[in-house]
Amino acid sequence: MATRTKFLSGLDIAHRIEQRFPGAVDEALPEFAMIKPERLIETLTYLRDDEELGFKFLSSLTAVDRLEWFEVAYHLESFRLNQATAVKVRTFDRENPKVPSAVTVWQGAHLQEREAYDLMGIYFEGHPDLRRLFLWEGFAGFPLRKDYLNLPGGLNAGLERFPGEQGLDFSGRGTQ
Amino acid sequence: MTIKSEPFVVNVGPQHPSTHGVFRLRLTLDGEKIVDADMVMGYLHRSMEKLAEERTYTQNIPFTDRTDYLSAMTGNLAYVMAVEKLMNVEVPERALWLRTIMAELQRIASHAMAVGIFANDCGAWQTPVMHMFRDREKILDLFEMACGARLTLNYMRIGGVSKDIPVEWMPQAQRLLKELPDRFAEYEDLLLSNEIIIARSRGIGTLTPEQATAYSVSGPMLRASGVAWDVRKADPYGAYDKVDFDIAVGRNGDVYDRFVVRLAEMRQSLRILQQAFERMPAGPVHARLGTATVQPWGQAVAPLAYRPPVGEAYARIESPRGELGYYIVSDGGPAPFRFHIRSPSFINLTPLKLMSVGMTVADAIVILGSVDIVVGEVDR
Repeated sequence: MATRTKFLSGLDIAHRIEQRFPGAVDEALPEFAMIKPERLIETLTYLRDDEELGFKFLSSLTAVDRLEWFEVAYHLESFRLNQATAVKVRTFDRENPKVPSAVTVWQGAHLQEREAYDLMGIYFEGHPDLRRLFLWEGFAGFPLRKDYLNLPGGLNAGLERFPGEQGLDFSGRGTQ
Repeated sequence: MTIKSEPFVVNVGPQHPSTHGVFRLRLTLDGEKIVDADMVMGYLHRSMEKLAEERTYTQNIPFTDRTDYLSAMTGNLAYVMAVEKLMNVEVPERALWLRTIMAELQRIASHAMAVGIFANDCGAWQTPVMHMFRDREKILDLFEMACGARLTLNYMRIGGVSKDIPVEWMPQAQRLLKELPDRFAEYEDLLLSNEIIIARSRGIGTLTPEQATAYSVSGPMLRASGVAWDVRKADPYGAYDKVDFDIAVGRNGDVYDRFVVRLAEMRQSLRILQQAFERMPAGPVHARLGTATVQPWGQAVAPLAYRPPVGEAYARIESPRGELGYYIVSDGGPAPFRFHIRSPSFINLTPLKLMSVGMTVADAIVILGSVDIVVGEVDR
């Protein structure tokens, strides 16, 4: 009774893509396959239309600021074959990050790419209506970028340690 | 003869009862026909994804209540599942069953609201909503007994649930379970064959299965279009692999079918609850994680900060509104490096223009109602 969604590992997906489009894969890890931006659209179309893959459903599209680069993560699902996978694309340009738009492959990318543009500042080339979504036109900067507020700690704004964490002597209460 | 009139723009919202929150719809009209629909959102944008990067994994759980505030349990569940996937945590059996029970109670409460408000949009002003609130109140009472809160529940924890249910909980839940089938029969009687509801919703806002899939639509909207996809069946989490239930599927993909699918899902949730009440085992409700200790009365005192290994995890569940996913990237620190919510209400709005162009303004209201958005989750 218990069937589970089969997660196709990034290595498996990368192998299939390489056989079809040699040189299209940048990097492959068990969690995802990184695709080169110039080969993105044909690869995504292949993932959608191939009989053995059939990823007709774009579950999630989002952008991550990795400090050295920006990456866009696509989480894909196939209803017919009950399988899922993740592919990514990255751009090293921090000033003007550009990634091809996936709207021609999945219409469901429309609002999600607008969100990624609004909050992370990724320009999706070929998007039919790339405007601010939650914030207003003219809003300065892109809040989800790690350097948005130039918080203490430079680019890495996240906190290093939290009070009360194990093995941490924090002033006032002493060790417990 | 067709008369062309000058196109003009009508703002629906942001403060309008039919937008279910602060959400604005800019409709360009030609006479009464919609020629363009544009969504303006962000009135409730709190930038949770950024805030979450500054808080520990445990401190982020209350945020997940406040995204989809009509379905806090499923928000909690999807988030803790993503973190558990990242940390490779084995959740105790009883906690899995408790999560399933709470998620299904929440589904009934949320669908009751959706159906009631939908009847409201169709013109049955407030009476159906008040009937639905009667049931929802009793479910919220059960939540209050279990965790002390009614709306922002903060019940799930990484590795289990915050506390076991009190002894008085089960008899009261059993009583409610006996009452609900009669209530649902009454609603089906009053609403399903209601002439006005049929006239307002049949053949309106139709999505074909192919369109629904391509537009990343999920949940009752997807199933109403005839795609039998339910994450609870396809990729069971919690205790869904141990219970028996059916996927409610529609045929036409119109507004009426979405409403029928929601009513049918409430019935299926009762089936799941019945089985879960009979078969839930005893035992601990929280995994032993790092320095977490379980008190003699079953309450787990979790460590203040977890540090999951470097990596990323994407977990998705079937929330009442559709596929709710959390994408968490960890850099090994006590706070998530990236915290992304794949919220179903937001993504289900993608085909709104496709559904409403060519319809009238009155149709746009029921189409928006059938998407069943919660603006807290749309804007985040």
